[in-house]
Order: sequence, then structure tokens, then C-alpha cells
Amino acid sequence: MKTVKVLGPGCARCKALTEMVRQAALQAGVDIELEKIEDMAAIVSHGVMSTPGLVIDGKLVHSGSLPDAQKVVAWLLA
Amino acid sequence: MFTFPICREINEEPAMKPETSFFRTESSRSLRWALGVVGATVLWVAAYAHLIEFADAVLGLIGLERATPLGEAVHFFFYDTPKVMLLLTGIVFIMGVIQTFFSPERTRAILSGKRTGAGNVLAATLGIVTPFCSCSAVPLFIGFLSAGVPLGVTFSFLISAPMVNEVALVLLFGMFGWKVAALYLGLGLLVAIFAGLVIGQMRMERHLEDWVLAIQARSAEGHESAGMSWVERGQAGLGHIREIVTKVWPYVVAGIALGAGIHGYVPEDFMASFMGKDVWWAVPAAVVLGVPMYTNAAGIIPVVEALIGKGAALGTVLAFMMSVIALSAPEMIILRKALRPRLIATFAGVVALGILLVGYVFNAVL
Repeated sequence: MKTVKVLGPGCARCKALTEMVRQAALQAGVDIELEKIEDMAAIVSHGVMSTPGLVIDGKLVHSGSLPDAQKVVAWLLA
Repeated sequence: MFTFPICREINEEPAMKPETSFFRTESSRSLRWALGVVGATVLWVAAYAHLIEFADAVLGLIGLERATPLGEAVHFFFYDTPKVMLLLTGIVFIMGVIQTFFSPERTRAILSGKRTGAGNVLAATLGIVTPFCSCSAVPLFIGFLSAGVPLGVTFSFLISAPMVNEVALVLLFGMFGWKVAALYLGLGLLVAIFAGLVIGQMRMERHLEDWVLAIQARSAEGHESAGMSWVERGQAGLGHIREIVTKVWPYVVAGIALGAGIHGYVPEDFMASFMGKDVWWAVPAAVVLGVPMYTNAAGIIPVVEALIGKGAALGTVLAFMMSVIALSAPEMIILRKALRPRLIATFAGVVALGILLVGYVFNAVL
């Protein structure tokens, strides 16, 4: 079980990333607990400067754009 | 740059599909990309060279004459639309590639520890090339402050990033030539530097919200932006086209349609009577009108072009354009989460004052 957080104030790209993570988890067959973080203070405290940000098991793996879907799978399997 | 209607991210952009099965090796993939870029450039240049013929042909097909107001308006529309879209696509691709070299994290690293003055100049300049979206304005703002970038320097960045954007520059270049584009660039930077210096001097740190001061942002580990291949940078450019052009084109078409109407139907020199050089109140009126308005550079410039064609003074029109692009209600609302009202009011006031000066200087010089 991995905890995954999508950081973003609710813009379309953040929603797209949330969906992408869900798909990637299915594809990778990894159990995840997905959380969407919209609170600005919480977003900033992860060191994210441009949204959306993606945090897996407490580690920031990506920010500022939609990542490649294959990369998301790879991060989930790592 | 881009900031529209609130945010770049309003148009979601699908993830880029990996095309690994299609390209067997990395080198043949690079080759395809190089050929694609060359081919697209040739097509682009060929199309750009035939804009007038295209508009003439469309007019001929409809059976209109340029001598009539309707004919003139239609010609303007079918000349400007492809021209603006071509310029937009080209520059957005190039900027998408350039931006892969300047992540916000990198810009922050460059700016941290810089002193007021030199720091403001650097921040305003980096504002041009660093990808920026107003929905990220708050995290970016706090990210900068927590890394030791002074408040005034942070503001220089925050003002320059939306105002001096690639879309505005390329459209000004396409429609008025490089001198106007260069003046806009120079004066936009000047406003950003000046406003940042003033805000820095006023020591307004206490007008930040408490949670902002309390936060100790962890610095993000550097990920990705370094070590991208050229193909990946090219893909980022294409992604940028998808993201910006798909979002901006309705504004462009609406702006050009409005411009075409002005072009065809408003009498020559009509604008000169109240937007001309000799009307002293025109510049402040343009700024006051522009601040609450919000559209993006791509939508406003065709209107600007048409207004100038009818005798409006360039300084007045540019002041209007700057205030529309640089100051917007949605961005203020987003910034309100981190900034107290006094600081927001000061920010808006100082920037508006800077734009006012630019308008007067422009009108006096040109």
C-alpha cells in the first residue's frame, strides 16, 4: 500500500493528474491510498512551487506539469 | 504568460503518449524529430508569406470588394486570423522548449540570496522565460520567500511573469514591428523592476498572512528539469502549443472580429479625439478601465491594432493593454490567500502607477 498525494488548488490539470494516478495504479496493480490536497499551506509545505505536484510515500516525485503516464507507473512500482 | 481566465490549466491537456513502439531507436527518433521540425518550419514560412493572397482569395470567393466597410472588415479578419495563429503557434512552441531550461525551482535557486537592485533586474528578466500560471502564484510566491528571495525581488518576478509574456511580444512584433515590441519589453521590465523596488523599500513583510510567515517550505529535490533530451524538450514545446493555443484561440478570433469591426466601420481618426496624444486624461482613463478587465494578450492585441489604426496614441493603448494583462481580479483573489489587503492594494497601486508613467513616456517620445 502506497500513500499518494496529488497537490493542487483544484485546477483542471490537478484533476487530470488524479485520474492519471488512479489509472496507473490499476495498470501497475499497486494498492494506493489516494489523497487530494487543496489547502495552500499544505501544498507549499511539500516544497511545491508549481502545481500540480505528486507525492508518493511522502516524497515529492513531480511538479509543474502532467507527467508521462509511463513514469507514473514506474514511480508507483518503485 | 501566460494566467487565463484564471489559469492555464483550465484546458486540461491529455498526457503525452509515449511512442516508444513507433520509434525503434533513440537516434531514429531524434532524426524524425529534426525532420519534423524542419518540415514544419518550411510550411510555416510558406504560409506566412502568402497571407495577403489568402485574404484576397477569401474575399473573392465571397464576392466582396475591399472598398466597402464590410469587405474591409472581412479582409482584416481573414488576413489577421491566420497571421496571428501562425505567429502564436511558432512562438509558443519555441517558448515551450526554452521553458524546459527554466523551472521555477531553478529560477528560485538563481534568485535566492540576491540583493535588492540587481535581484530585481534579474527577477524581472527571469519572469519572461520561467513558466508561470496564476493558479501557482501563491506556492511560487511562498517558495521564493522561504528560499530567502526578498519580498521586493519576488514581486518583480510576479509582475514581469504575466505582463512581459511571449504571446504579447510576438503579436506586437507581428503587427507593429520590432521597435514597438522592444519598447514593450523594455518598459514592461522597467515597470516590474520599479514596482518591486518600491514594494521592497516599503518593508511590507508584516502584511503577509500569518501562515505564510510561519511556513518553512522544504526545498524540493531537483527532479527532471535537468538532463532532458532534445526530443523531450520538443515534446514539451508541442505540449505547450496544445495547452496555450487550444485555450487562447477563441480569444484571438473574438479579438480579431472586434478589431475587424473597428477597422471596417469606425471612421478614420475617430479615436484620436479621445485616445489621441493631446488628451491628457486618456492614459489614466485607459489604466482605470484596464485594471478590472481581464483577457489575455492574444485577445487584446488585435483590438489594439485596430484602435491604433484609427488614430489612438500608442502610449495610451499600450497602457490599456498592460493594465489588462498585468493586473487582474482573478489573480488578486488568488493572492489574497497569502497577502493582506494592504499589500495587495499597494501591489496594484504601484504597478498601475508604473504603467501610467509608461503611457505618458510613450506618448511623449513617439
